[in-house]
Amino acid sequence: MEKLPSHTKARHFGMVIDLDKCTGCASCMVACYSENNVSFRDEESIKLLSINWIQVYKITNGKPFPDTEVCYLPQPCMQCDGKDFGHPPCVSVCPAVATDFDTPTGIVSQIPVRCFGCRYCMAACPYHARKFNWWDPVWPADMERYLSPDVSPRMRGVIEKCTFCYHRFQRARQQAYYKGDAENIKEADYQTACTQACPSGAITFGDMDNPDHAVYTLKKSRYAFRLLERLGTQPSVYYLSTRKWVHRACDNYLEHEEPAAFAGKSA
Amino acid sequence: MTTSAFPEGVKRCSSGKFILWLLPAFLVLLIAAYAMFRVWFYGLNQTNMNDAYGFAIWIWADLAVIALGGGAFFSGFLAYLVGVKKVKNIINFAVVLGVVCYTSALILLGLDVGQPLRGWFIFWHANIHSMLTEVAFCLTIYLGVLIVEFIPVILENPKIQKIRFFHHLSHNMHEIMAVFAATGVFLSFFHQGSLGGVPGVLYGRPFAFREGLFIWPWTFFLFTWSAAAVGPLFTATMCRLTEFITQKKLVKDDVYELLAKISGWMLLTYIIAKSLDTIYWATVTAPARGFAFMDFYSNNPAYYGVWILIAEIVICGFLPALILITQKGRENKKLLFGAAILAIIGLCINRWVMVLQVLAAPLKPFQEEWFVYSPAWTEVITTIMPIAYGIVLISIAYRYLPLFPQEKELNP
Repeated sequence: MEKLPSHTKARHFGMVIDLDKCTGCASCMVACYSENNVSFRDEESIKLLSINWIQVYKITNGKPFPDTEVCYLPQPCMQCDGKDFGHPPCVSVCPAVATDFDTPTGIVSQIPVRCFGCRYCMAACPYHARKFNWWDPVWPADMERYLSPDVSPRMRGVIEKCTFCYHRFQRARQQAYYKGDAENIKEADYQTACTQACPSGAITFGDMDNPDHAVYTLKKSRYAFRLLERLGTQPSVYYLSTRKWVHRACDNYLEHEEPAAFAGKSA
Repeated sequence: MTTSAFPEGVKRCSSGKFILWLLPAFLVLLIAAYAMFRVWFYGLNQTNMNDAYGFAIWIWADLAVIALGGGAFFSGFLAYLVGVKKVKNIINFAVVLGVVCYTSALILLGLDVGQPLRGWFIFWHANIHSMLTEVAFCLTIYLGVLIVEFIPVILENPKIQKIRFFHHLSHNMHEIMAVFAATGVFLSFFHQGSLGGVPGVLYGRPFAFREGLFIWPWTFFLFTWSAAAVGPLFTATMCRLTEFITQKKLVKDDVYELLAKISGWMLLTYIIAKSLDTIYWATVTAPARGFAFMDFYSNNPAYYGVWILIAEIVICGFLPALILITQKGRENKKLLFGAAILAIIGLCINRWVMVLQVLAAPLKPFQEEWFVYSPAWTEVITTIMPIAYGIVLISIAYRYLPLFPQEKELNP
């Protein structure tokens, strides 16, 4: 693990998404597109060619009517801590250090101008959170004027992904600095676009190591789990659901195994 | 016909016949050049790759040709370092084949990256933790070594030999070739291994991930061992193919038999190690991540049934190994080369599953379907390109360079 400079306060930003609250409206996706200048094409029917930094999946319990249950699962980059806090699956493999683990925040960065498009990180990521720019980004003429000045658009041939709106963190830190205490960033000062856009309040974001932040408590819930947790990627995104089948749908279990929250119970 | 440009004492076909022979290969190269232009100019949207298949047929072809080109390093190791004299009768051919394989690999890699003009970033901003960085460094340097090994072969052309400087240069380079062979072996060990490390370190991909020794997953060693085992068999098979096309005996049978014996034992030890690795992965590594062995071989449209594992390990692994370690198997040339072809197919299957099956297998239980991919024409033609390029380079080399020291004796 990288040693922090003595004047840097360690944070560990993370997200908790309550799947029992998510309605699948995809406001988070729209907000993310707008906030991060995510490009799109006229033809978006092939989802494996689309770029989105957060994607809402629809999952079901597989039972016929009237027992059918549906759950919507918003999935951004999991910002994995990886092995030994600092070796997410995608970071160690990048041959050109175009993606890195930021120890002071726990955020996995992506540097499009450094990336040369080998896509090894994409192969390494089990979440398909990394998207490749198969085409040049083109926006409708009028729309270019409304692009966010805080986030550089990415060019063809490079990888991009969710950064937990890192530019917002930089802005919050700058404001805190002007106020005289650079390290005092309150929970409301730094929130991701998807968190703020969620109408049902399903997404909570903050410093997971700070007891004053809601995520600190939420992630300790008995019903909290992480996507594909057993792979050992140590995601910084937690999900909440009281439904056993949702837990089961989000990780792999052998026939005799049960999700931790329901071990020995039949919820 | 014979001219002063041909190696001394050998016969070659007429120029017209030679050009006619090369025409189909040039046609393939022309179409491939157009495909390459489209990919470089318009981008990777000209392929059928997508966000699930970030790696596809090109990466498989890369891994396969590099492994098959491993015949160059292992033959060099046997000839120059171990001192197996018989191997020197095929070493020049192995070097040419190595040059074809490694230059093809670099061209395919150049096509595969999204920003090829930034390819130098891998050297400039090198991440020492990445297996791909190790691959890039070793591959590039080893290609340099191969070219150094190829230069004295080129200089042996009779016309060039008449120039005093080149004559001495060629002689002196031969004298120090053991140094380059040793460097090549060292570099090859690492990049063949690193290519195995590329899938092996993917701990987010349970089909590929392997435990290992220190920083090296078991696939690191398995890839090196398999390339060393099958590479010489590929060299021998291509040599036999050249004999078939030229209708001449170019290498004595005892050379083939020696290579087959060495490769056979290496293949047997490799396939035993591979089987142990598979058993450990299936019973310990994958279940610890919630996967049963058959999860990786079922519920897909028959592409990846358990047959592929049986084909790789039994039919294309144990079977050819057992043929090649027996004297009777080696003495029967049909059996020998049949076994060699099986071993080559087995190696290609191994590289295929370690790249494409890794990406095809679904990981999120709510995404039950396997990812399906079929290459675009641009990918197919550029993947075939190394064969056409190999035909051209080997044909020219065979025509003008003394690749086979025994040719004159075998064709009086």
